[in-house]
Amino acid sequence: MKQGAKIYLDYAATTPIDKKVLKAMAPYFSEKYGNPTSIHSWGQEAQTAIDKAREQVAKFLNCKSSEIVFTGSASESDNFAIRGLLKALKRCKRAGEKIHIITSQIEHKAVLETCYDLEKENVKITYLPVGNDGIINLDDLKAEIIPETDLVSIMYVNNETGAIQPIQKIGRLLEEINKNKEHRIFFHTDAVQAANWLNCDVVEKLGVDLFTLSGHKIYGPKGIGVLYIRQGTPISSMITGGDQEWGLRAGTGNVAAIAGLGFALEQIKIQDTRYKIQTEKLRDKLVKGVLTKVSESQLNGPEKPKERAPHIANFSFRGVEGESLVISLDQEGIGASTGSACTSRALLPSHVLMAMGLSELQAHSSLRVSLGKYTTTREIDYFLKVLWTVVERLRKISGR
Amino acid sequence: MYNKKIIQHFTNPKFFGKIKNPDAVGNAGNPRCGDLLTLYLKVDNPPANKTKKITDIRFQTLGCASAIAASDMICELAKGKTLDKALKISFKDVSKSLGVLPPLKIHCAQLVTEALRDAIGKYKKLSG
Ligand SMILES: Cc1ncc(COP(=O)(O)O)c(C=O)c1O
Ligand code: FES
Repeated sequence: MKQGAKIYLDYAATTPIDKKVLKAMAPYFSEKYGNPTSIHSWGQEAQTAIDKAREQVAKFLNCKSSEIVFTGSASESDNFAIRGLLKALKRCKRAGEKIHIITSQIEHKAVLETCYDLEKENVKITYLPVGNDGIINLDDLKAEIIPETDLVSIMYVNNETGAIQPIQKIGRLLEEINKNKEHRIFFHTDAVQAANWLNCDVVEKLGVDLFTLSGHKIYGPKGIGVLYIRQGTPISSMITGGDQEWGLRAGTGNVAAIAGLGFALEQIKIQDTRYKIQTEKLRDKLVKGVLTKVSESQLNGPEKPKERAPHIANFSFRGVEGESLVISLDQEGIGASTGSACTSRALLPSHVLMAMGLSELQAHSSLRVSLGKYTTTREIDYFLKVLWTVVERLRKISGR
Repeated sequence: MYNKKIIQHFTNPKFFGKIKNPDAVGNAGNPRCGDLLTLYLKVDNPPANKTKKITDIRFQTLGCASAIAASDMICELAKGKTLDKALKISFKDVSKSLGVLPPLKIHCAQLVTEALRDAIGKYKKLSG
């Protein structure tokens, strides 16, 4: 590695825009700048771009393009899925009838904070625990389902540990239960961290009603998200105004970002497993390297490689605090992240690691390393070398 | 996020480590978020009419970059001071000496002053 080289190992936080994606977006800033709702040729040009992107998304999810809504972020999609469904359901419920949501303790804040917020409006929420491996248990889910249950929202891949949740199995379970249930239980999944790797056939494979994607985790732009809404799912608009996005999300479409997201999704070839296998190899090298090189280190999350997405590995190191670790790595040109309390506004350690039964100190010393399509073996080698030095230095300072 | 001064004290702290037979040890920390801090003091033994001074001071800190920088800074500030003067070092002094800590990191400076006060308090108790 050259002196001063920069190594980005935080692809779970965000990815660079792929050059080809950027090219697909470029015309929609000052060349084809029409408002897609205008009826003249400028507008038509922009609308065509949105239509095309919608088809690209539909193809990726194996659904109809009329089931796709573009939003301003995955956080918005999560909010929309939960709040929009509840809003529509409330309208058809009898007075006093309860609403019940089942989610998990390891969801992204976009889901969790939304649920906390809804609790204030007397919505009953159940937060499923996870095992030490960071995966929810299907029996726990089954046990929590009551006649009032309206929605299950469980993420596809956890963004801190990479733990894959049993979405397909949940889909099947709910399908069975829905056969004998007075009203349907809807199923939402946040698939932001899964899109590059796992089967996203929403209808045939997963059986979900609502499905969240983000542009900036798939080498596309930031500030753009997708919500798939299965035909027939009750949902009300949370942003009212013009009739864009089937009247479900008002606001002039972000044409360039939409075109970029569509193109980025089209680039993902889940069936072509070469990239996946290559990333898994790099990850396994990383994990093995960290655990053998750095004494008293541990891997957080599922032990079985099959139960984790290829791009994320989460570690803890005795006697080291995560924020100072991330800053030290940054000084050496390496970008990673941590679940330490010292990086949170509320001074609380990662809710995900705590839900997995880690101690405060273990969460405090956590480091998330996430790989992407530009990660190389040499980068991993360099990272391992630097990590060891940095951890040793911080241990000397902490004396613990 | 951090200014040069903080980064400097974080990257090259001068006072980290232990003192072998310290005259006092002070602790502070927030076990809930995982921060732990220990200060070791050496105090001189002047004639009865003179006030006692801190002759050596070291820290061991498990915490964020600010906490490490603040630990180093409080050692710098306290070394050579009389016990009573050292007691008066406030978190604002520490923060100011570091060119002002980010608002979210003020509690790290509070942590190091707590540890110093703990150490001096224990010393005073022991030496009566
Ligand atoms: C699982 C998950 N959900 C939601 C989000 C939020 O995505 P966005 O930044 O598009 O709102 C992220 C990324 O931070 C994520 O990892
Ligand atoms: S030591 Fe935790 S925030 Fe500074």
